Amino acid sequence: MIDDGFIKSLLEKKGSLSRRESIDCLTLDCPADQLKDVVLSFRDDEGFDLLVDLTAIDHGEDAEVRFSVVLHFYSLVHRGYVRLHVLCSDNENPSVPSVSDISPAANWHERETYDMFGIKFTGHPDLKRILMWDEYPYFPLRKEFPLAGIDTPLPAADVVEVTKASVEPAPMMGGPFVSSSDGVMSDSEPRALDESWTEEMEKPS
Amino acid sequence: MISDEVGYNGKVEGDVIVTKADAVINWIRKHSVWPMPMGLACCAIELMASAASRYDISRFGMEVMRFSPRQSDCMIVAGTVTYKMAEVVRRIYDQMGDPKWVVAMGACASTGGMYRSYAVMQGVDNIVPVDVYISGCPPRPEALLDAMMKLQDKIAKEPSVGNLRKAKAVSAG
Ligand code: SF4
Repeated sequence: MIDDGFIKSLLEKKGSLSRRESIDCLTLDCPADQLKDVVLSFRDDEGFDLLVDLTAIDHGEDAEVRFSVVLHFYSLVHRGYVRLHVLCSDNENPSVPSVSDISPAANWHERETYDMFGIKFTGHPDLKRILMWDEYPYFPLRKEFPLAGIDTPLPAADVVEVTKASVEPAPMMGGPFVSSSDGVMSDSEPRALDESWTEEMEKPS
Repeated sequence: MISDEVGYNGKVEGDVIVTKADAVINWIRKHSVWPMPMGLACCAIELMASAASRYDISRFGMEVMRFSPRQSDCMIVAGTVTYKMAEVVRRIYDQMGDPKWVVAMGACASTGGMYRSYAVMQGVDNIVPVDVYISGCPPRPEALLDAMMKLQDKIAKEPSVGNLRKAKAVSAG
């Protein structure tokens, strides 16, 4: 566990950090321009040298600050996690400094975050899509993007010519296929939650 | 009368068997299917299990799994076909020599399965012609073997000589 004395001294040392309410681990708000400094001192001075996760949050189209990037660090010294929460100032072209030169583990995470949310990581050595193909025009984990997908051409023109295939919205009847988290395993296998409507039968309103 | 029977039934004296060319060709083909294991997700584990000793796909002459499309004639699509992978699946299919067959193994390869999402192609038949579909998530190895036997039945009924003639006519222009 991370003790309160350490948190206090950390906040005194790093004036730009402020504590943020969180239901689990210690969470600190960090201004984007201070991020690299903080990550460097986390690694070299504070013992938080293991970057476990880096992702982003979309707070919704109407939110004042739409995107924030979150970084999770683990410390083998303190045996605990700390989360850095960085707000992206620009809602249209969100960007955050890349930390992949300090923590190479961030490299692919940043690419994934860019792929899914469209957040630019300035200074990243090779910021391109990692899951979707390069020409894909959308950022699928943004709130306005439908889970079923959007009509899009496939990248390979010659394959498309032969097969006439394209990206089509997936049929969503029955809702997304999910597994309920409770009950015995045989009852919680993935299935349509709402089977009252199909492609032929209208969704009851 | 020329019999449709494929096996040697000893009605003719000596080492002579009289049959149709189709029957011979198909008999040879169906007992030496060389699968291309297109293992894309969890179903591939069951595919591997069916190659191991307990289920032993070699009983059907299909144990020669080739990881090169140029040496195989039956693509077993075992797993989730994402849109990004679809192009690759098609290219590999194109590189396989004729005649060739495709088995869609599992719910994902057949219909997209539980992945109703922007990333997953809703059935590999959008991109390659499928001969046999297998239900299940994942299908048990028995189901795969059953499908391969269905495929053998299908191969046995193919007009192979006619297809060869057609292909020859096409290549001759
Ligand atoms: S059908 Fe089921 S087991 Fe097979 S690839 Fe899809 S999710 Fe995995």
